[in-house]
Amino acid sequence: MIPEIGHFALILALSLAVCQSVMPLIGAHRNDAALMSVAGPAAVGQLVFVAVSFACLAWSFLQSDFTVLYVANHSHRALPDVYKIAAVWGAHEGSLLLWILLLAVWTVAVARYSSELPRAMSARVIGVLGLLSFGFLLFTLLTSNPFERLIPAPANGADLNPLLQDIGLAIHPPILYTGYVGFSVAFAFAIAAMLTGHLDQAWARWTRPWTIWAWMFLTVGIALGSWWAYYELGWGGWWFWDPVENASFMPWLAGTALIHSLAVTEKRGLFKSWTLLLAISAFSLSLLGTFLVRSGILVSVHAFATDPARGLFILIFLGIVIGGALILYAWRAPGMDSAAGFRPLSRETFLLLNNVLLVIACTVILYGTLAPLLYDVFEWGKISIGPPWFEFAFALPMLPLTLLIGVGMHTAWRSQAFGALFAQLKIPGTIAIVAGIAVPTVFYGRFGLLVSVGAIAGFWIMTVSLLQPLRSWRRAPGTPGISRSALGMSVAHFGVGMFTLGITIVSAFTVEADLSVRPGETVEVAGYSFKLTDLNNVQGPNYQALEGEIEIRKDGKFVAELRPQKRTYLVQQSPMTEAAIDAGWNRDLFVALGDPLGNDAWSMRLQYKPLIRFIWLGALIMAFGGLIAASDRRYRLQATAREGTAALREEPA
Amino acid sequence: MLAVGLAAAGLVIASILTLQAFKENLMFYIEISEVAKGNAPKDRNFRVGGLVVEGSVTRVPGELEVEFTLTDLNEQLVVYYDGILPDLFREGQGIIAHGRLDDDGSRFIADQVLAKHDENYMPPEVAETLAKHAAAQEAALDAETGQQ
Amino acid sequence: MARYIALIVAFVIMIGIFAAGLDRDPTKLPSPLIDKPAPEYELPRVMDPLLTTGSTDYAGQMVLVNIWATWCAGCRTEHEYLLELAGRNEIPIYGINWRDDRDAALSWLQQLGDPYVASAYDEDGRVGIDWGVYGAPETFLISAGGNVMYKHVGPMNEATWQGEFMPRIAAQTGATR
Repeated sequence: MIPEIGHFALILALSLAVCQSVMPLIGAHRNDAALMSVAGPAAVGQLVFVAVSFACLAWSFLQSDFTVLYVANHSHRALPDVYKIAAVWGAHEGSLLLWILLLAVWTVAVARYSSELPRAMSARVIGVLGLLSFGFLLFTLLTSNPFERLIPAPANGADLNPLLQDIGLAIHPPILYTGYVGFSVAFAFAIAAMLTGHLDQAWARWTRPWTIWAWMFLTVGIALGSWWAYYELGWGGWWFWDPVENASFMPWLAGTALIHSLAVTEKRGLFKSWTLLLAISAFSLSLLGTFLVRSGILVSVHAFATDPARGLFILIFLGIVIGGALILYAWRAPGMDSAAGFRPLSRETFLLLNNVLLVIACTVILYGTLAPLLYDVFEWGKISIGPPWFEFAFALPMLPLTLLIGVGMHTAWRSQAFGALFAQLKIPGTIAIVAGIAVPTVFYGRFGLLVSVGAIAGFWIMTVSLLQPLRSWRRAPGTPGISRSALGMSVAHFGVGMFTLGITIVSAFTVEADLSVRPGETVEVAGYSFKLTDLNNVQGPNYQALEGEIEIRKDGKFVAELRPQKRTYLVQQSPMTEAAIDAGWNRDLFVALGDPLGNDAWSMRLQYKPLIRFIWLGALIMAFGGLIAASDRRYRLQATAREGTAALREEPA
Repeated sequence: MLAVGLAAAGLVIASILTLQAFKENLMFYIEISEVAKGNAPKDRNFRVGGLVVEGSVTRVPGELEVEFTLTDLNEQLVVYYDGILPDLFREGQGIIAHGRLDDDGSRFIADQVLAKHDENYMPPEVAETLAKHAAAQEAALDAETGQQ
Repeated sequence: MARYIALIVAFVIMIGIFAAGLDRDPTKLPSPLIDKPAPEYELPRVMDPLLTTGSTDYAGQMVLVNIWATWCAGCRTEHEYLLELAGRNEIPIYGINWRDDRDAALSWLQQLGDPYVASAYDEDGRVGIDWGVYGAPETFLISAGGNVMYKHVGPMNEATWQGEFMPRIAAQTGATR
């Protein structure tokens, strides 16, 4: 019964999505208030039914209702409850339902918080979001119904893939998807602007907070995914340039460029066609990512079970949505750009360079991700492209960008005097150069040109980001302090600096050793001694494991005891490595068990990873900066309504 | 103007470097039979795939280094690997290895060994090759028995 | 104007490559065995291990050979359909139970029904390798002369039966008359 309710709720949601899209869009076109007012209630209705459907699926998992095919394929009676819930989005059909749910949530949020938007604009935005909902709901109902029945039901399910039985699974996809789906709001705003042919600073002010929020979630989602892969996959890597990872990174790059481009459009009314194109691109890349993951076209450890029929549907959907947007763009964008000027040394220039470099980086990754497909289609061979190329090709545009970030942040709009700029930056610059050379050499024992460049870049951005907050903190009483927008920017950029430093140091100074060890033996890696004190059999809720006890000492002093496991999950009988990590703010020690080598010996993977936490911490700080910026006064409705036109006054950030 | 010129030059150099790096980092998948015929690059990395021949996994007890033989049901290739094999590696399983041939072309020195994350699936390239050679074997067998 | 058109053109090209890529999707690759003799085999039966079944059982007949396993979700999906197809008596279906647990396979057939004339138990997957199987379910159409006419990867359904199998069967039987 419950699955049928869930299925029926989806059908109702579909019909509401039709109302939510068709009526407001027509209403906006004809200036018909009655039709436009359908938008909000329809969106709420759609959310209600999608939520009901989602709840039905979750209930089926919790009740271990194996008459539902999806539940039977991905769950098991012995599966802990928290993973039963997480299993809802652990495979294709359920993750689609999650996507649809989040889209409905974002839509209702837009409906709720758009009282200051002209009605026609909000009607169009919600209408476009409705079209997207319609597409996804149709896709689900036609090709990927999570409520398909399996009768008679098997006695027990096939269990969730052990790799996914982890708390990281519980939180990574929902947060990531919130980001992906959130870019649809910027997309909808862009379409709405193009439909009217008007794009002004007010439009940018409305669009910007939504974009920042989506970007925040995506940042956290990607960072979580990286951290999860690190401790779950058992070999200490945190980024593999896997097609699915790239599929999440590309929208992030476009989204970052979009936020910055929106700043220019909001402040100066410039870069309108850049902003539009970036808004279209960010969401298009999200959609593209969905396609790549679910169509079977690319081989990846992340990819969902493949089905070309689904791939075809998504491809057609992609074609219509993106193709339509690009056609609109080609039609409307030429008429939009304004003539305001700016000098070469100005914030506009830096932000333009920012856009260009981020787009280059994104394009490069897109090429690397799709090249194997290209070669295969044209029969030039079956190829794969390793991480070293991605790292090189990505670093090329990114290094100049890191240096430019520091300068651009302190450059005035329209025109900046070089002398004043240099005076501001020479102290942070000097600190950065000194630290960038000294830290690797002194703390990690080696000088290298590339390492220093990376470290300098990291320190540079960090020090330079502190300038404005510091100035505000030490300001004379009574003078205005730093706006939240500027504070958010400083914090976010500081996060970027930390991130850059972390990547540089960990890439250059990581020590990885695969060794053969016998119980009782000690091995030395990176100045730490690792002693395998014991090997025991342990029992988990749905697995059996061999657990090693590793005692770590440095200079004789006890550091940590780690217990890596080699698990065998009962149902699927597949082995899984569960690494053990001793985390520290400035280094991780990573231990994983391998296989028995004979003669009592076991293979072990031991790794020393300096500053690796800076990577994820930096990302979190970036997201936090976004939060601060998004909470800026001028985006809050009540304040804006009161301040009226004063809100459009230019501010330093 | 100078700035624009420098930027353009920088872009051109960067593009050339990137394309260069692309060619160097490109790894082709090469069938074991092709390797046996000598059609594999001598001095760059490439990928091979095949079945791990039963009973071919040998290691010096207590050591990490391991050797095993891969087959595509037509030819064989000895693979040497110094590292921890993936969880789903076992004899009879289809796996893919990245690496290069050693100096005399007799062994494949792998720097990565990959097994699919699901033990019941085989990399499609490997399956294709295997089926091709299985069919060839059958045909050859039929021809022999036909002649007798 | 030109750069906007260029964008659209680039996008269309990309979609085209994707569409071509979908067609080349590994699960849709034509089997290298097409129009070649199907591999011969003889294995113990799932239902009765003392008896064997193999390619000689269906020599001279046009048959379907279905690769299945109890651990495979798609096999469960297509099972009802196979029962229905078998019930129509249009073509005999032989099964190869691939890399599975015999007891599980036995209960599966007993509980859910057995659409197969006989199911061979390919425990270690050797026979599957000969057939180029890289996942389950897969279904092969074998001609009366013993050649592989078609391979379908993924669950069987009516649409595939009508669209891919029937035309080839008709062509074969038409040709032999």
